[in-house]
Amino acid sequence: MDFSQIFMVMAATIAMTFFLGRFRALKLGQTVGGRKSLNSLPTYYGSLMAMWCGIPCLILFALWMMFDDVIISQAIMQELPQAVLELPASERGLIFNMVSNIAENGATAGSEPYMISAADRLQSLRETSQLTLIACLASMFLLILATVWARMSAQTRARTHVEGGFKWVLLICASIAIFTTAGIVFSVLFESIRFFQSVPITEFLFGLEWSPQMAIRSDQVGGSGAFGAVPLFAGTLLISLIAMVIAVPAGLMAAIYLSEYARPAVRSTVKPLLEVLAGIPTVVYGFFAALTVAPFIRDTGGLIGLSVSSESALAAGLVMGIMIIPFVSSLSDDVINAVPQSLRDGAYGLGATRSETIKQVVIPAALPGIVGGILLAVSRAIGETMIVVMAAGLAANLTANPLESVTTVTVQIVTLLVGDQEFNSPKTLSAFALGLMLFTITLVLNYIALLVVKKYREQYE
Amino acid sequence: MQAVNTPIQKNEKLNANTNGTDQKKTSTDEMNNSAAKVGKTVGKPFATNPKMTMRNVDVFYGDKQAIHDVSLDIGKNEVVAMIGPSGCGKSTFLRCLNRMNDTIEICQVKGEIKLEEMDVYHPKQDVVPLRARVGIVFQKPNPFPKSIYDNVAYGPRIHGLVERKTDLDEIVEKSLRRASLWEEVKDRLHAPGTGLSGGQQQRLCIARTIAVSPEVILMDEPCSALDPIATAKIEELITELSEKFTIAIVTHSMQQAARVSHRTAYFHMGKLVEVNDTKRVFTNPEHELTEAYITGRFG
Repeated sequence: MDFSQIFMVMAATIAMTFFLGRFRALKLGQTVGGRKSLNSLPTYYGSLMAMWCGIPCLILFALWMMFDDVIISQAIMQELPQAVLELPASERGLIFNMVSNIAENGATAGSEPYMISAADRLQSLRETSQLTLIACLASMFLLILATVWARMSAQTRARTHVEGGFKWVLLICASIAIFTTAGIVFSVLFESIRFFQSVPITEFLFGLEWSPQMAIRSDQVGGSGAFGAVPLFAGTLLISLIAMVIAVPAGLMAAIYLSEYARPAVRSTVKPLLEVLAGIPTVVYGFFAALTVAPFIRDTGGLIGLSVSSESALAAGLVMGIMIIPFVSSLSDDVINAVPQSLRDGAYGLGATRSETIKQVVIPAALPGIVGGILLAVSRAIGETMIVVMAAGLAANLTANPLESVTTVTVQIVTLLVGDQEFNSPKTLSAFALGLMLFTITLVLNYIALLVVKKYREQYE
Repeated sequence: MQAVNTPIQKNEKLNANTNGTDQKKTSTDEMNNSAAKVGKTVGKPFATNPKMTMRNVDVFYGDKQAIHDVSLDIGKNEVVAMIGPSGCGKSTFLRCLNRMNDTIEICQVKGEIKLEEMDVYHPKQDVVPLRARVGIVFQKPNPFPKSIYDNVAYGPRIHGLVERKTDLDEIVEKSLRRASLWEEVKDRLHAPGTGLSGGQQQRLCIARTIAVSPEVILMDEPCSALDPIATAKIEELITELSEKFTIAIVTHSMQQAARVSHRTAYFHMGKLVEVNDTKRVFTNPEHELTEAYITGRFG
């Protein structure tokens, strides 16, 4: 029996306690004059009992799962021969892996005798641990069940307790996202700190040259190892700017058309079609940008005598802009529709035209939602990777000319982390510093947008 | 009248007997059978000095006819109240007068509505100047989520009525004074209009409407969302406004109609049953349906 089976049995048993609790409540009800004399509905008693019996068992199970492996491996390591214990940590880990392999799959040709004995010991320790866990779970479960069974009465405020418990469930779900964010921030932060130990933070923030190739051996040539992130952020901002210049007007106007002008039949066809844009995989946009749009821009530029790089910021930005149109249009459309008809009637009643009403009454009232949609689009644009990997190129040029090839933060992170990596070279670690910067920038943008919205919003009821 | 069984028989009977009174019927019966009783509009639907004239107006929502052949005049500086049970079409009719029903796609208006010489439903008629001449105040106060000042200044701005800022200030103050709101808000003109109380919001909406200097003001149950004190203020205001404007008001409160209006029109199931001097309608109605309504037998 392994942990997953223990868990299944435990879950089934906890589910059973629901019916036990319900049954108990109905019995209690009979003694005091029927179901209506109970404090709460019988299902609440069932849930209460399942809650009381289930939560401690689940907590115990989770803790056991967390510490079981650590404790057992400590015990095994101590019993290994002295020679093994003196090896460096990485090799000791390797040996332990071999031991646990033997324990699971049997001995192989390379297994030493001490390993086989340790594997036997490991196996028996694991079995003991599981049996102990089952015993603990069962006794705790029965104890709690008996206590709750005995103390449950017709006056038990089961509904209040269950509702309170449910509030905690919701709180836990809400905090998952927050804890994940915090986890990501910390993991990126610690790696970044390691990076900044080898490259000064000022060079990273203000350096104008990006060339992460480092000489690994002293006789290698070519790698200069410059970590100035400015060209990357400039490239990211240039491409995002082009994308927003396309997406914000197009998306907003599309939303206005759909919500204010289009007949219902048109609206119900066009809106899903627009949203299809959001469903196209970005890699498809990527090769559309690289193989169709970029050559088109290059050829068109050639016709009017402009020299356009075949991997231009313009091509990537254009396609990215089209990709994020639905983010702007769909959200804006929803908020524009949510503006009460009475406000429009008020403006029409004063003789305002449709466009005056939209400009002066509807859009200001819908502004927070529209800015929210635009923000989401900006975040998407800044974080977008696939299109720029395929269409924007890798050359870290510091330029404001959209016809030239630029590279972005995300592209560099991808190239830095793809393939075999050494996690102690600044080259690899710089990816985390870039990630941290990107995260910070998005956060600051969000904050600024919140302030803007707060200042300019026109709040209707 | 004797009890009759089939609807057809009933109709024949009733048509033959329009002026007969029957006290025995219950109010629901009366509601259900009453459509047939509405013949030609009784009373005096026409005014000697009309501001707006409506002739043979029919309104349809898709296939459903909401207004049947209504003819009515609204005289200059007159307050005309429109009363009737819920769903009788009085609001629909009111909203036709400045084409607010245009926003409802399936709504179709037939017949003739004129504002002095302007044909309201002429295909080439632009609604913008029309609505500048015929303003409307709605049931629920709907101030824009802008400042009090901007709410009142909105109309003059979009119609380009002023050249200078000082002129605009003057219009705003005058309109707020006329809506008897000035004293309450003069120190916080730049606070949001949505922050006012319900009654103040409605007076703000009235100020917003009169800032455009319309000739006619339509009011669609302007007091139904307000408490009695705010209602009293607005009623007082209506009386004052009638010196300068022509007013058509839809109301559910017969007392209100009696207090503020010169003439009262009683609508019933899309038809105009009776129009007469308000006093006459409430003391000595000509039509049995009007009498039934004002004595509270249905509605």
